[in-house]
Amino acid sequence: MLKIAHHTFQSKLLLGTGKFPSFEVQKQAVEVSGTEILTFAIRRMNIFEASQPNFLEQLDLTKYKLLPNTAGAKTAEEAVRIAKLAKASGLCDMIKVEVIGCDKSLLPDPVETLKASEMLLAEGFIVLPYTSDDVVLAKRLEQLGVHAIMPGASPIGSGKGLVNPLNLQFIIEQSSVPVIVDAGIGSPKDAAYAMELGADGVLLNTAVSGAKYPVKMALAMKLAIEAGHLGYEAGRITKKNYAEASSPTTGMVTS
Amino acid sequence: MKLIHLNGKPIELPGTISCVQDLLQLYELEKRIVVVEVNKEIIFKEQYREQTLSDRDTVEIVHFVGGG
Repeated sequence: MLKIAHHTFQSKLLLGTGKFPSFEVQKQAVEVSGTEILTFAIRRMNIFEASQPNFLEQLDLTKYKLLPNTAGAKTAEEAVRIAKLAKASGLCDMIKVEVIGCDKSLLPDPVETLKASEMLLAEGFIVLPYTSDDVVLAKRLEQLGVHAIMPGASPIGSGKGLVNPLNLQFIIEQSSVPVIVDAGIGSPKDAAYAMELGADGVLLNTAVSGAKYPVKMALAMKLAIEAGHLGYEAGRITKKNYAEASSPTTGMVTS
Repeated sequence: MKLIHLNGKPIELPGTISCVQDLLQLYELEKRIVVVEVNKEIIFKEQYREQTLSDRDTVEIVHFVGGG
């Protein structure tokens, strides 16, 4: 079970809604993924083509909680403005704080992320900041009172997987709020790895929407996250340098 | 006629459009999931009729789009 503020979820997979090849594929992917949390971005409507279909408007909103992001914001003030617009829809109380500080790597601006999180907490939002994998920044965010920490595994959309599992492990082990590994997941292996480290959830988008068969990948991610989490709970064996036979070493049938 | 800035574009509105509700109807958005901001102030649904539009107002109509 994943608990974020007063919300509880059975699924530990948070799914992004960007860049799917079609709404039909996207609907099926969302369905088989088992996700209960969908992320969205807030953008100006193209009012001259307002009749164009919108994915959100096709969803059964009783089945999903929305996690809008503040993507597009470069300052805390811009993030707060976007967050307030999202909340004014009356459809959500959670916000993914995303304040980008580097256009090439899309890594978050730690100072503005911290500031935005503080401002949004004061406004009564349920705050989930997307952060770099900085251990101390995660602590500072937690001290502010954020409701979950979402460190990136690697740059957004890169599919590089967990480039610094040690830092993620430090964050996970020391955090008393849920840690959701966000961004950079490329394959089911990456999602399982994050969960094996003890993450409370995984947020991914491109890994599914950009896959050759997004629906199949959505299922693969669901299973990987479940497997990784079970593996974490089961407690893996210690790594050793030399072999240790799994068959008895006595009673050998030898000449 | 009045000139407003709507989603970053200058738009001339006919005189019959006096409030946010009228504007949403003009673009057939009254049943869509949108959020409206006038001069950086959010206008909630219950204010759509009372919020009048004046010359040189800056209006943003935003919605939820796919994103990660």
